[in-house]
Amino acid sequence: MGLTGLEIYKHLPKTNCKDCGSPTCLAFAMALASGKASLDACPHVTDEAKEALDSASAPPIKLVKVGVGDNVVELGEETEIFRHDKRFFHPTGVAVLISDTDDVAAKAEAFEALEFHRVGMDYKTDLVAVKCDSGDAAKFKAAVETVAGKTAKAMILIADDPAVMEAGLGVVADRKPLVCAATADNFEKMTELAKGKECPLVVRGKDLHETAELVEKVVALGHKDLVLDSGARETSKVLADLTQFRRLAVRKKFRPFGYPAIAFTSKEDPREEVIQAGVYMSKYADVVVMKAAEKQQLLPLLSWRQNLYTDPQKPIAVEAKLYDIGTPGEESPVYVTTNFSLTYFIVEGEVESSRIPSRILSVDTGGVSVLTAYADNKFSAETIAEAIKKSGLEEKVKHRKLVLPGHVAVLKGALEEESGWDVIVGPREASGITKFSKDNFA
Amino acid sequence: MAVEILKEKYRSKVGEVVLGATKDQGGTRSHTITVGGESALPYLHFEGEIPNRPVLALEVWDMVPEEWDPLFEKYYGDVWNDPGAWARKCVEEYGADLIQIRLKGADPDLKDASVEDCIASVKKVLEAVGVPLIVVGCGKAEKDNLLYAPIAEAAAGENLLIGVAELENYKAVTSACMANQHNIIAQSPIDINICKQLNILIAEMSTAMASRIIIDPTIAALGYGIEYSYSIMERARNGALQGDKMLAMPMIGNVGLESWRAKEANASSEDEPGWGEQEERGVLWEATTAMAYLQSGIDIMVMRHPDALKAIKANIDDLIKDNSY
Repeated sequence: MGLTGLEIYKHLPKTNCKDCGSPTCLAFAMALASGKASLDACPHVTDEAKEALDSASAPPIKLVKVGVGDNVVELGEETEIFRHDKRFFHPTGVAVLISDTDDVAAKAEAFEALEFHRVGMDYKTDLVAVKCDSGDAAKFKAAVETVAGKTAKAMILIADDPAVMEAGLGVVADRKPLVCAATADNFEKMTELAKGKECPLVVRGKDLHETAELVEKVVALGHKDLVLDSGARETSKVLADLTQFRRLAVRKKFRPFGYPAIAFTSKEDPREEVIQAGVYMSKYADVVVMKAAEKQQLLPLLSWRQNLYTDPQKPIAVEAKLYDIGTPGEESPVYVTTNFSLTYFIVEGEVESSRIPSRILSVDTGGVSVLTAYADNKFSAETIAEAIKKSGLEEKVKHRKLVLPGHVAVLKGALEEESGWDVIVGPREASGITKFSKDNFA
Repeated sequence: MAVEILKEKYRSKVGEVVLGATKDQGGTRSHTITVGGESALPYLHFEGEIPNRPVLALEVWDMVPEEWDPLFEKYYGDVWNDPGAWARKCVEEYGADLIQIRLKGADPDLKDASVEDCIASVKKVLEAVGVPLIVVGCGKAEKDNLLYAPIAEAAAGENLLIGVAELENYKAVTSACMANQHNIIAQSPIDINICKQLNILIAEMSTAMASRIIIDPTIAALGYGIEYSYSIMERARNGALQGDKMLAMPMIGNVGLESWRAKEANASSEDEPGWGEQEERGVLWEATTAMAYLQSGIDIMVMRHPDALKAIKANIDDLIKDNSY
């Protein structure tokens, strides 16, 4: 939410003294607007102007960090309501909840083992939340100690009683956990605790109005690393409140909501809980705390997060190389396609379901689809022939037969000439591959 | 402090489409289903109306679906030789709001079922269940174009939803629906401009058909391009609310079909130990895909696994609750 050059210009001295290195104040303002200069370069700007410009150019939602070192989780600094307008930036932190009345050590070990590998990427849960259900400070402290000993990941400490929080926080303050939560009843003490240890703090009201009010009180006490919780726990209500947090921060620059938001699942059934967490992830939660922690439950959710937070303006590409499907031998068929990930994965899925071990040669087209790459000359006889050479395919198979996507059948002649391979024109759509492969290779 | 709730003001809303027809209306359905009509973004009841629940269909084929994951046998194996029995089980046991019959057997490369066979399959389903029906072809345009008119005529009065019309092939299905007053699925390949263009072409053939269109923006499964279709649907719904009449139709998606093509749904627990238990993973792959599309404004989802349907139904129960301030 940057200001325009002219809006910035109004606050500058308008003396054109050149001390900042720009020829005029207006030129400096334009450089500021485009992020190419810093206001510090102007020695003459007044404090009032500085404050006005700083607060106007601050991101609508503050960046809040939980954890330290390699395990730091960055929350917030989002600028959009819809991902198609630009993109979402900081993927929702997924936190697994462990109660101090659970078998804490076993749960912490299971949590630490959670990581996934799919489509060439690693997915992980980022946070572990330790909650005091026992009401016992010593028990909470012991649980926090146990979890901290099992995992180095970022932590959330959940307790409403400041004395209990103090006991737990004492153990892991240097790991900068998220302190949860300051409420109308305890905010003075909680703020003091979190501020004293320089830890981020969840502010929980009983509705949007109370949350805004509490944020102002906590900010007045001098703490600004905050995370919002409207207190709602029903799916529909949480969806509405998270939407209001995001809209009011981004559209209205409503300062009390200019912080990341946290959501807690309430469903007991693990399937319903995963779906509920998915709703919150889709609509603006920066952290989701949930109980479900099995691999089959988290893989779909973490996949959705990865999809949701991709940059819509950037084509997603897979590595351009030769892929083995099953365990292909030297007579196995070879398909060629682009390295646009959507195209590649669809082709991969179809080749896989043909159950005939094969190879797919993914050609570097800069991550665009077959027809677009063809039109751009990135998927041509030359680029494909070069990819064949580079991939080492000629050492891996004895035959010299390549299946070309039907949409670019026109390349057949030139490609045969360029590569010395026989080209078989395959189906136009990937959905035809299963039948095609049965007809040709079974 | 009083927070001023930010409510968007929209100029327009999504049109409503009624599926099915009761005896009084010239059909044989026990009830009708109305979809669409939203005047707010998904489930933001505080700024508009969400007058109709999104509905869930289950998929019935006119042949044994050999390509499905073997785990489906325990749910459908006893009925998948008979589309009528299959449909009845989906409605009575699994709680489907409506049935989509896919005439897969018509595929010349599979069973090459005749027009008469296809009509018989549709009739079996109509007789077996009282819910409204979606009928889609085998996916091969040349064959499907031969089916639309005779099926539309044989089921005249039932107010079916028939698909699919595509940019390169919309006339046969549009005229079949026009002549017998059925609704039509207009499918575009994850492209909002083609989506609009197709709707315009159908409306040009018949203005009456414009209010009978259900948009199929083509959905991708979780992990396989879902974010593209998610954003296309969000843009289409925003367009509809801002007054673009050629985007103001309810939307449908083949959630089950697409989800169960993903490796993550089908890979066995032995092949992918790092991904956890297969069936639960598959159910959640389908349900999570459905969850995302509910958030981007879908109105009809064709599901496959009964447990995915059940879980997403519970989510719809929650989302449909009023959240006005």
